[in-house]
Amino acid sequence: MGKVAIIGVGQSAFVRGYPGSIRELAFEGFKEAMQDAKINTKDIDASIICSAPEYDKQRSPAGVFAEYLGLTPQPTFYVETLCSSSSTGLKLAYALVHSGLHDVVVVLGFQKMSEISSAESQERMGRGADIQWESPFGTMMPAYYAMYARAHMAKYGTTSDDLALIRVKAATYGRINEKAVYRKPVTFEMFSDPESPMSNPVSSPLRVGDCCANADGSSCVIIAGEEKAKAFCEKPVWIRGLGAASTAVNMSGRDLFTGLTVAEHASRQAYKMAGVTPKDIDVAEVHDCFTIAEMMAYENLGFAKPGEGKELIKSKETYKEGSIPVNIDGGLLSKGHPIGATGGSQIRTIVLQLRGEAGQMQVKDPEIGLVHNIGGVGLYGNVTILGR
Amino acid sequence: MGQKREIDDRFKKFGTVSFTSFSKVNDFVDYLEDGKIMTTRCKDCGLVFFPPRADCYQCLSSNMEWVEISGSGRLISYSKLEYAPVGFGHDLPYSIAVLDYGDFKVFGRIADNIPESDISVGMEFKTVVNHLPNGQLNYVFQKT
Repeated sequence: MGKVAIIGVGQSAFVRGYPGSIRELAFEGFKEAMQDAKINTKDIDASIICSAPEYDKQRSPAGVFAEYLGLTPQPTFYVETLCSSSSTGLKLAYALVHSGLHDVVVVLGFQKMSEISSAESQERMGRGADIQWESPFGTMMPAYYAMYARAHMAKYGTTSDDLALIRVKAATYGRINEKAVYRKPVTFEMFSDPESPMSNPVSSPLRVGDCCANADGSSCVIIAGEEKAKAFCEKPVWIRGLGAASTAVNMSGRDLFTGLTVAEHASRQAYKMAGVTPKDIDVAEVHDCFTIAEMMAYENLGFAKPGEGKELIKSKETYKEGSIPVNIDGGLLSKGHPIGATGGSQIRTIVLQLRGEAGQMQVKDPEIGLVHNIGGVGLYGNVTILGR
Repeated sequence: MGQKREIDDRFKKFGTVSFTSFSKVNDFVDYLEDGKIMTTRCKDCGLVFFPPRADCYQCLSSNMEWVEISGSGRLISYSKLEYAPVGFGHDLPYSIAVLDYGDFKVFGRIADNIPESDISVGMEFKTVVNHLPNGQLNYVFQKT
């Protein structure tokens, strides 16, 4: 079987309190991707709908969306791996196309988180962990990632100041991304200013500024086999490497607390499939649900040695002009993190970068890009490598 | 008339809020009431688990025995929560943590009477039964 390309990408703006229903939210990302691909719904053979299901009243949204998007009677599938749902959807879509079963497949990720309160959201996210043995202690996502931050600090001397630098970078680019939910600047000084909400403790050592913003949003990626891709698309972006991994849901079952093993496994697979090394990556999107998550991603992806991630951010190597630009769209921290839409949004960012269409956020002439998308507290991990 | 159906939902007593009522390892909760932290070991291949399991993934046996967690474990990491999920607000602030016992690790809370300033990664803790104000049971990590 031949190569598989991304021929269209789109996303809604990521917002607080989207004033519409989930099918209308999904339509926004879908419309942009369809206009980008310049194809009709009859050109599409199947759709994969991706989200974390607990946020919406609608059960089994795939059928509802297929109808609303005009994608019936084609088959539709629903995929869920928490925050990595839509990059998992991309991997499965690749398999459908690469196998020859379908030619053109839509991957649509969405989440409308604002229908429930922040505390309810924390409780539901906490139940993405082990509900039998851990949730009864009162767990939540920031607390789990905070344990990774603490372990990283204890082993490598990483500091809260190092983590704050990652948030400052995210905000730098969130300001210039018109799709971002958080467009205000964040300064390093805010983290030590008791008047600033950024300095408020959430779960030690993480503060409000270390945590991403919940948002509502949708994303859409359209892929096609080589022949159709070349027929439909002037600038196809090829899927060159795909890696995915899982690990123990329970912290008791884990061996590493200074990094995510799923990211190590998934990146190894993706680099091997693409035939590239970390040095070949020109631009990356990593899953910065918390500042520590970006720090660990630098190391797990091989951009820095274990413990040396802090040097990358201190020297600004992960800024737009640096040697390995990371999250030049504001990342989850500033762009926002509508769970099921996040992976597709990261993929969209890299596709725009590789096509040279990222506007103010454009990195200089990238050829190979990488997407690192994590589900749960490193429970699931997908690494996707794209090339021109 | 009619037989009373026995419902073994002991697991709903575990933790501030339990999300599980039924488990084949319900005896874990009885042991907590007796002041013991127990886990399971596969009688066929000898693998020790935490948390307790009814089934062994290594040899597919369900022939388990209970063993007590004794001695101390080394603190791998911890975090003190200033916000809590729904149902846990009354417990704030509290710290969650992971202890390394060598053959297995234990996830739980650090005892409330230990200030955060006294806690550091690498310290030794023991795991002890804790009675919660709402009548529920869990376990916490106490200084050795």
